[in-house]
Amino acid sequence: MKKLNKLTSTILLVLVLLVVSSCSKSEKKKIVDSSKIQVSGTMDAELTAPPFVPSPVGDRPAKKLIVNLEILEQEGTMTDGVKYMYWTFGGSVPGSFIRTRVGDEVEFTLSNHPDNKLPHNIDLHAVTGPGGGATSSFVAPGHEKTFSFKTLNPGLFVYHCATAPVGMHIANGMYGLILVEPEGGLSKVDKEYYIMQGDFYTKGENGEPGLQQFDMQKAVDEDADYVVFNGSVGALTGDNAITANVGETVRLYIGNGGPNLTSSFHVIGEIFDRVHIEGGSSINTNVQTTSIPSGGAAIVEFKVEVPGTFILVDHAIFRAFNKGALGMLKVKGEEDKQLYSGVKQEGIYNPEGGTIQTMPNGADKKEVNPNKSLAQKIESGSQIYTKTCFACHQANGEGIANAFPPLANSDYLNADVKRAIGIVLHGKTGEITVNGAKYNSVMTKQTLTDDEVADVLTYVYNSWGNNKTEVTPMMVTEVKNSH
Amino acid sequence: MNTIFRLIFGMLLFFTIHVNCQSKMVLIKGGTYIPLYGRDSLTVTIGDFQMDVYPVTNEEYLQFVKKYPKWRKSNVKSLFADANYLRGWKSDTILGDNQLLKAPITNISWFAANDYCECQGKRLPTIDEWEYVAMANEDIPDARILKNYNDFILAWYEKPKTFNNEIGSTFKNYWGVYDLHGLVWEWTSDFNSVLISGESRKDVDTDSNLFCGSAALGATDLMNYAAFMRYAIRGSSKAKYTMKNLGFRCVKDL
Repeated sequence: MKKLNKLTSTILLVLVLLVVSSCSKSEKKKIVDSSKIQVSGTMDAELTAPPFVPSPVGDRPAKKLIVNLEILEQEGTMTDGVKYMYWTFGGSVPGSFIRTRVGDEVEFTLSNHPDNKLPHNIDLHAVTGPGGGATSSFVAPGHEKTFSFKTLNPGLFVYHCATAPVGMHIANGMYGLILVEPEGGLSKVDKEYYIMQGDFYTKGENGEPGLQQFDMQKAVDEDADYVVFNGSVGALTGDNAITANVGETVRLYIGNGGPNLTSSFHVIGEIFDRVHIEGGSSINTNVQTTSIPSGGAAIVEFKVEVPGTFILVDHAIFRAFNKGALGMLKVKGEEDKQLYSGVKQEGIYNPEGGTIQTMPNGADKKEVNPNKSLAQKIESGSQIYTKTCFACHQANGEGIANAFPPLANSDYLNADVKRAIGIVLHGKTGEITVNGAKYNSVMTKQTLTDDEVADVLTYVYNSWGNNKTEVTPMMVTEVKNSH
Repeated sequence: MNTIFRLIFGMLLFFTIHVNCQSKMVLIKGGTYIPLYGRDSLTVTIGDFQMDVYPVTNEEYLQFVKKYPKWRKSNVKSLFADANYLRGWKSDTILGDNQLLKAPITNISWFAANDYCECQGKRLPTIDEWEYVAMANEDIPDARILKNYNDFILAWYEKPKTFNNEIGSTFKNYWGVYDLHGLVWEWTSDFNSVLISGESRKDVDTDSNLFCGSAALGATDLMNYAAFMRYAIRGSSKAKYTMKNLGFRCVKDL
């Protein structure tokens, strides 16, 4: 019994020792990992402009990696008709994507184009060292500086210019991403893209044409005129949309250059299967919207199961629809009705239930005076018009351009009284041409009695230069029955 | 008739410039002011001096290298000018096709600019002198707190290729000096006396003068930003550097 006890304690001791030693072993390994990794060989880094990324590191060993980045101050297009003087790393906003692996020794040369006006530098968040490289890379126009660093921590990192005034350099587009892959690389996916959000501050309001200057006061007030992906409105929409095929896994490297605004990054109609939170090693799954601080990044991954256009937005949603933070992912392939049906059925929604087709009137059927004079009809019609038609067709029948057609002097109205009665009775959908202008809206069917329809139309026909047709309840009933 | 008159007038003008080889200077009345950035003491006192009305032109510099062969492109010591010295010139004594005679000379080193001024019996302005004259707009000697003054400077930073504009194409300031803003950067004698490490955020932390000084002046952010960039370009330079957007002018003591 004693012997057994002894045996147990020995086993326990061994176990404890094992655990302890394995613990210290793994810790030790971590330390060795980053700074002690030996490099073998030299290679030139592949640099890409957004939305593309260089090929993955795969299982290549750590190397001496040569990176040459050129700073260009150049005019570009913010949106149709609006130009902006961008300051760029490599000629694009965001700047060129740099892809490395842990343990690489990066020899970084920053060149400042001779035509540039200002000195610049680079602060890479992937660098462990004072200023993230900024101190060593401060470079005058027409010159270049070289410094080197070893990538110690894996993750997705922002780089940016840090020359005074720092905010202005960043606001003009001087930011980008550098990826440090872990040993063996990130898992294999089908498609990878590079997207970076930024806020811009222009002298003119959003959309004001011409070459727009940077507005320092608005930047200080954080009152952005444009919030965009990849440097301009439309950089990721239409023909510039990123693409994938059904069944593929997509990985997005998302950064936020700022200078001011935090992004609530969201893809409409997708759920991120995996998110490397803040670009680091911690992974969250099944995420709808991920927060990306300015000067931060995230890696999001998701499988696209159904075809269609998926909209990328900053879900601070006015930025998306009013300031430009909107991109598109177009997915091609077979539909899967079980996952997403599309429109199955279209119908009219009535809160009271499908059988009731008219608005409840409340009152009993009104008394109808069959012998009203024209003046009486017009007076009654005027009241009905104010209650029923006024909101869209406006006080004097002028309508609203591009939305609601005019009733005043209306060729469409005067051409066919039966058609007009029919529209009031049944509503109207689809394109029509009134006085030479096209309208394509919806008019709902009106819940009016035949008498009321007659009165309101008589009022309209006898106002605003129309042809003075007098509409009788008989005519309304006739149209109703003919339908 | 009119044409002939203009022709005569033009020729007269041409001769005046050529006869008076020494470029035009104006008197700058000294005074005390608070520089924006990077000095130990808050106020700086400037004595009276004369300053060139315009930056030195391609034409003037061409005459200079003809007279002093050691500053020709092929002769210059690499210690005194980097490889971009007079870049764009066709040869030692011929300007490039796109370079205007009346455009400011650029791509010259501090050594070259310094020697040029000395050869004219002049010198380069100090940072304080340059900044003192440059804080004037058309009407007043210190316009730094005016929004449109700062806007003009900031806007120039975003205008490409102004180095090939002719001298006198910007505004004439209170002192009668042209082109301090809007054409090219300009060398100063002590350009590297303000230590900007390149890590500008660090500089901001340690240099409390900037904030004390500007607070005392009631300066706006905008005002600092415009000046920051001049200090940044100076901080990024070395005496042998040459840049496409960097020229110079001279001053003279009374």
